[in-house]
Amino acid sequence: MNIITLSAFDLSLAALLVVLLAILGLILQLGVTRQLLVAGLRTTVQLLLIGFILKTLFENTNLWYMAAIAGLMLLLAGREVMARQTHPYKGTWGFAMGTTAMFMSTFTVTLIALTVIINTDPWYTPQYAIPLLGMMLGNTMTGIALGLERLTQAAREKRNQIEAQLMLGHSSTQAITAIRRESMRYGMIPIINSMAAAGIVSLPGMMTGQILSGTPPLEAVKYQILIMFLIAAGTGFGTVVAVLLGSRRLFDHRQRLRLDRLRS
Amino acid sequence: MSSAYAHRLDTESVLNHAMDCLHIEDVGNDLIEPVRFEVSPGECVVISGASGTGKSLLLRAIADLDLHSGHARLGSEACEAIPAQQWRKRVGLLAAESAWWAETVSEHIPEMDEHYLDALGFKLEVGDWAVARLSTGEKQRLALLRLLANQPEFLLLDEPTANLDPDSVSRVEDLLLTYCRKKPAGLIWVSHDPGQIKRIADRHFSLTQAGLVEVDQ
Repeated sequence: MNIITLSAFDLSLAALLVVLLAILGLILQLGVTRQLLVAGLRTTVQLLLIGFILKTLFENTNLWYMAAIAGLMLLLAGREVMARQTHPYKGTWGFAMGTTAMFMSTFTVTLIALTVIINTDPWYTPQYAIPLLGMMLGNTMTGIALGLERLTQAAREKRNQIEAQLMLGHSSTQAITAIRRESMRYGMIPIINSMAAAGIVSLPGMMTGQILSGTPPLEAVKYQILIMFLIAAGTGFGTVVAVLLGSRRLFDHRQRLRLDRLRS
Repeated sequence: MSSAYAHRLDTESVLNHAMDCLHIEDVGNDLIEPVRFEVSPGECVVISGASGTGKSLLLRAIADLDLHSGHARLGSEACEAIPAQQWRKRVGLLAAESAWWAETVSEHIPEMDEHYLDALGFKLEVGDWAVARLSTGEKQRLALLRLLANQPEFLLLDEPTANLDPDSVSRVEDLLLTYCRKKPAGLIWVSHDPGQIKRIADRHFSLTQAGLVEVDQ
C-alpha cells in the first residue's frame, strides 16, 4: 500500500485555513473565533493522544489492556448518553441503563465480528478491535440517547393519556406501548437513513479514510458494508434494550407513572 | 334442593361481596393531610372544599396513582394485597379532565352499553366519532361511560358535571345515583355546587387544610 505520509508542515497548512476562518469570524463579529480555535486545538491534542495510545496498544497485543480500554470507552459512552438527555433518570439508573444496553449490544456484535467474520488472530488484535468497538459505541450511543430522550419526553408530554389508561385498569405496559414503539423507531432512524444514503449522498468517513490511505476501493467498500450492518444491528438491539429498561423504570410495582424518577 | 342451596350460596356470596365498604385509613402524602372515612356500597359521599386543599390528589391517592401513606382497603382486602390493575377497575377514578389516547371513541370503549349511552344522551354511532371533534362536555360524559364499562364497585368522581349544561348535569346525576343504588356501588363525589350537594349527598365532608370535617346537612 502506498501511504503518503503527512508532515507537520502539511498539517500546519491545513491549520492555517482554520486560522483564516477564525480571523474572518473576528471581522464579521460572529462570536465563534475563540470556540473555533479551542475546538481546533482540542482536535489536535485529543487525536494525537489517542494516536499514541493506539500505537502503544498495537505494539502490545494483550487481552487485559484491551479489556481495560474497552471498559473505559464503554463508561465514557454511557456518560455521554446521560449528558444528552433533557430529563435524565435520577440517581445511577440513567447511566446504568444506557451503559448496560450498550454493553449488551456493542460488545456482542463486536465480538461476533472479530471472532467469526473478520476472524483475526488473536481475536482481540487491537488494530481491529479498537476501531470497530469505537464505531459501534459511537453510533449505538446516538441511537440509545435518541430513544431514551424520545421516551422520557413523550412520557412527560402524554402523562394524562398514560394515566387515563392506568385509571381504567390497563397495565403499565399497555399504557406505554405506543410511546415505546415510537421511541425505538426514533433511535433507529439515523442508521437506517445513513444506510440508505451511503454512497449516493455521502461517502462514509471510514471508507474515505481507507481509500485515502491506499486501500483498493472495492476492499474499502466491503469493509464499509460490514461496518454498516454491524452498526445497524448494534444500534437497533441497543436501542430496543435501553427503551425497554427505560420504560419499565417509568413505572413502579403498583403500576404508577413515576415521572419523579426523572430530573425536571 | 341442591339448586336452592346453590342459589342461597350465590346470593350470600354476592351479598358478602357487595357489603364490602371502602375504608380510607389515614391516606395522605406530603401534599395532603391524612384523612379517614369510609363509604358503603349504595352510598354517595360528597367532598367539597376550597381549591388547593387536595381533593383531586386525595382521589388519586385512593386510586393508588400517587405515592401515599396510610391504607385504603375494600372490606378486609388491603389495596396493596390486590394487583394494581384490579384495584383500579374496582375503585374507578373519573378525572376532572378526561384524556384520550386513540383516534375514535370506540377504541377507548370496546363495549358500549346502550342503556348508559341512552341515559347520557348519545346514540350508538358515537363510537365512530373522532375524539378530536368532541366538545369538552361530550368528552366528560363519554369518560364516565368509559369508566362504567368496568362496572366499578366504587367511583371516585372529580367534579363529574363541571363542564356540563344543566340538562346533561341532571342526566349524569340520575345515571350515577341509579348506578350507585342498583349495583350497589359507593360514590365519592367531589362537588362545589350547593344545589347539587343537596340533591346527591348522603353524607357531606369538607376538606380543609386541617383535614376532613363532616358537614351537617
